[in-house]
Amino acid sequence: MAQLTFLQAIRAALSEEMERDPSTFILGEDVALSAFGSTRGLLERFGPERVRDTPISEAGFVGAAVGAAMAGMRPICEIEIAPFIYCAFDQIVNQAAKLRYMSGGQARLPITFRTLYGAAGGAAAQHSETVYPHLLPVPGLKIVVPSGPADMKGLLKSAIRDDNPVIVFEHAALGRTREEVPDGDYLVPIGKASVKREGRDVTVVAIGAMVPRAMAVAAHLAGDGIAVEVIDPRSLAPLDEETLLNSLSKTNRMVIVDEAHLRGSAASEIAATMAEKGFDLLDAPIKRVAALDVPIPFSRPLEAAVIPDEARIAAGIRAVLG
Amino acid sequence: MDIGKEVVLEMYRKMHRIRQFEQKIKDLITAGEIPGFAHVSIGEEATAVGICAALRPTDRITSTHRGHGHLIAKGGDLARMMAEIYGRRTGYCKGKGGSMHIADFSLGILGANGIVGGGIPIATGSALAAKLSHKDDVTACFFGDGAANEGTFHESLNLASIWKLPVIYVCENNGFGEFTPTASATSVKDIAVRAKGYDIPGYVVDGNNVLEVYRYASEAAARARAGEGPTLLECKTYRWEGHVVGEQAFITGSYRTEEEVARWKARCPIIALEQEVLGSGLIKREELERIAREARDQVEAAVEFARQSPMPEPAEAGEDLWVE
Repeated sequence: MAQLTFLQAIRAALSEEMERDPSTFILGEDVALSAFGSTRGLLERFGPERVRDTPISEAGFVGAAVGAAMAGMRPICEIEIAPFIYCAFDQIVNQAAKLRYMSGGQARLPITFRTLYGAAGGAAAQHSETVYPHLLPVPGLKIVVPSGPADMKGLLKSAIRDDNPVIVFEHAALGRTREEVPDGDYLVPIGKASVKREGRDVTVVAIGAMVPRAMAVAAHLAGDGIAVEVIDPRSLAPLDEETLLNSLSKTNRMVIVDEAHLRGSAASEIAATMAEKGFDLLDAPIKRVAALDVPIPFSRPLEAAVIPDEARIAAGIRAVLG
Repeated sequence: MDIGKEVVLEMYRKMHRIRQFEQKIKDLITAGEIPGFAHVSIGEEATAVGICAALRPTDRITSTHRGHGHLIAKGGDLARMMAEIYGRRTGYCKGKGGSMHIADFSLGILGANGIVGGGIPIATGSALAAKLSHKDDVTACFFGDGAANEGTFHESLNLASIWKLPVIYVCENNGFGEFTPTASATSVKDIAVRAKGYDIPGYVVDGNNVLEVYRYASEAAARARAGEGPTLLECKTYRWEGHVVGEQAFITGSYRTEEEVARWKARCPIIALEQEVLGSGLIKREELERIAREARDQVEAAVEFARQSPMPEPAEAGEDLWVE
């Protein structure tokens, strides 16, 4: 066990998997220099063939990752900032996600897409959006959102070994968070939620950077005698419905905290699933706490007003407790 | 460049196979026997065949919505193609793809593609895979004149140029993007000149002359294998048929003249090759007639195979999404 930051966990996962499998390689914008640090040092270790800077050309290099995967490689494709995915939407949605199915199971697409998402203070809407809801309805994609260093390492390693396209959303504000991370071959299975804190009164499902925020609220409410269970789904597709329903059968109340815009959010999809499959378990309507339905604004007080904060999460919890 | 008799005969065989296959598709759709759309490449056979004749079995191609010709030229099995177009479980994609999505990974056919320009970065990545795994395989990337106005074309040529990737970009300029004449949608008279912007060689090729296409493709493949990077070949040809079979039922007016179509039909790539080889005394007429007959028989057998094949079971809709 070592104390690692989120960024160090990413680097550890990448270098271990690249050491393990020579068909892996990294491509993306400024991966050699590594603007945000997640691939720093990998160029020196693996060379420019396998740590490959691309032009600012998302449709081109994302499509090249798709083609390289179909020709037997295992690309790790970094899309520097999540909303840049829109420039490569065809290659992800029409090509990477569909080609195995459309070819009757012939194509193999072992691609890991990594991307930095979320609001981290003053980057405005085209650099701060939580974009996974746009990809959630696409069959053929796995979507992973780690909330801390240990899950980051274990999920990224699983994503790289997965023979299907996986998109890993890495929150921009989590880079320096630090925790104990198991050494060596630590794998977290994709599609398995994690109960981060046990409690009997209410289930709070939190995604990505909303997990530490929900944990802080849970600790605070414990002082008021409210026992909050915090669950991190870790992967949105596939979703571990069983763990969520098990929790709901204990608490009978659920709040879902999502940094995405409320309308069409992952929280909405989870809420629909829980209402459909767990209606009889519910003692109160499910509450979604999500970003306001406006683009993420630049100025810090505005950004803070749009993204769920501890006060809104606490208010959501109190609302379902009645 | 001396082209051996066997290579010429094989090109003639493939062109006939494509022509007969697509004539049959057209007839079957018109008769209401095949569902959905199909885009046929009748009149454009020399481009598909000339390019693929210069490739090795381990080389790869990406194709387009108008892809039957490319697939047949790369060795695609007519029966499994026809079964796919009939939506049968014996088809290449088990009925999940249809005419626009046929693939055969065992032959290096990475698939036709329903998105104009969608296959261009994929071909580029396939070439990157060859480079990274130190193999001298080449990828030929087929696309139309319409795709040359998509961003993916420009992004891909730039990538392939800076990385010196072993790819041949084959622009089949057939005169139309859907119903719009190429000239009114394209900034340049010759798409090949766009290669200059990416510092790679670009050539205008007579896309109806299979021997000329083969010569250019062979040179481009040799360059690619030698690590000298990509080439853009603009093969000028013409789409005898409409954008999609049966378009007369929904379009109003016409977008070209009968004279224009007749002028191009007079330049039929198959007849052109016949005249060339008969004139040179290389091959006898009986041999060519036998090849044409064989192609017709193969297509009939493919239709019979498709008709006899079962439809997929509804439960199969849930299969083939994931590698488990």
